[in-house]
Amino acid sequence: MTMTVIWTGMILVSVLCGLATGRGPAVAAAAVEGTSAAVQLSLSIAGMLCLWTGVMEVMRQSGLADKLSRLLRPILRRLFPQVARDREAMDSISANVSANLLGLGSAATPLGLEAARRLAQASPGVASDSLCMLVVCNTASIQLIPTTVASVRAAEGCAAPFDILPAVWLASALSVGVGILACKIFARMWRE
Amino acid sequence: MDLFFTMLVPLTICAIALYAATKRVDVYSALVRGAGSGLDTLVRIVPALIGLMTAVYMLRASGALELLAGALAPLLDRLGLPSELLPLMLVRPISGSAALGVGAELISTYGPDSPLGRTAAVMLGSTETTFYTIAVYFGAVGITKTRYAVPAALCADLTGFLAAAWAVRVCFG
Repeated sequence: MTMTVIWTGMILVSVLCGLATGRGPAVAAAAVEGTSAAVQLSLSIAGMLCLWTGVMEVMRQSGLADKLSRLLRPILRRLFPQVARDREAMDSISANVSANLLGLGSAATPLGLEAARRLAQASPGVASDSLCMLVVCNTASIQLIPTTVASVRAAEGCAAPFDILPAVWLASALSVGVGILACKIFARMWRE
Repeated sequence: MDLFFTMLVPLTICAIALYAATKRVDVYSALVRGAGSGLDTLVRIVPALIGLMTAVYMLRASGALELLAGALAPLLDRLGLPSELLPLMLVRPISGSAALGVGAELISTYGPDSPLGRTAAVMLGSTETTFYTIAVYFGAVGITKTRYAVPAALCADLTGFLAAAWAVRVCFG
């Protein structure tokens, strides 16, 4: 429903603004252009995107994700002190985080929802501190190799599409760090 | 250092393949099956891309985005954020496909190796579809009182945008 409001709003604003500024014909042309641009973009990133999901599947089957999730557990216990002793919850949280790190998006969501279900049992209807932390960790991007955006850069003729990796890591780390910090600070202020 | 990041990808693929082979994984079948699931993902996002890129193209052609960017330019300038990237920052938390479409458009317009193109790419790579994720998680477990999850997530997003602009300046001078 949210997307309905947003999409309809975007179309409405374009038509009104286009008519008001005398750019009606340009808006009409853009409607046609947009569709073919979308198909072109999909085709141009298809190859690299599929190669990477393939490599990620190899990684998943080799058990690398499980290994990473075991490595992460001590750190995650500190982020989720309320459930640090709940083995089942910590298992799904660390599996969710490691899947996110490795870019296994389709695996990360079910694992994260599993963890969320477990965390929500303690306080039905109200988001607990642990649940807020889990959700915020999932709204921040921690993917180590941003393959989709690299595919787009490659499709635009970039010779080294992955040269942005250090910048992405820096920005991701800061963003996740601030998200975690905000959770910890808000948890003290938000009594209700 | 440049060579390292250029070779990082082939080296990563090579290392994963070797590691998986020593774990007796049927590497090639897994690769092909995974690539197939990538195609599924792509097929799923194409309809959304068509709908949203059309809307974004129309919005841009109508001049509405320029008006908004112009109005917000002083504030964005002060934060070190280029106003050209405003459309990307607006759609990023709402829709992943729309953000990809807008980002691809920016990368294509300014060039993948230009500061603007790089910043757009880093923004895409270091943030997530916040509102969508929040809706999925809280919806799935029936949470109505989300407490501070939204403000905390938006703090992370804003930091991601600011840090992307800053990191590109640091890494690419």
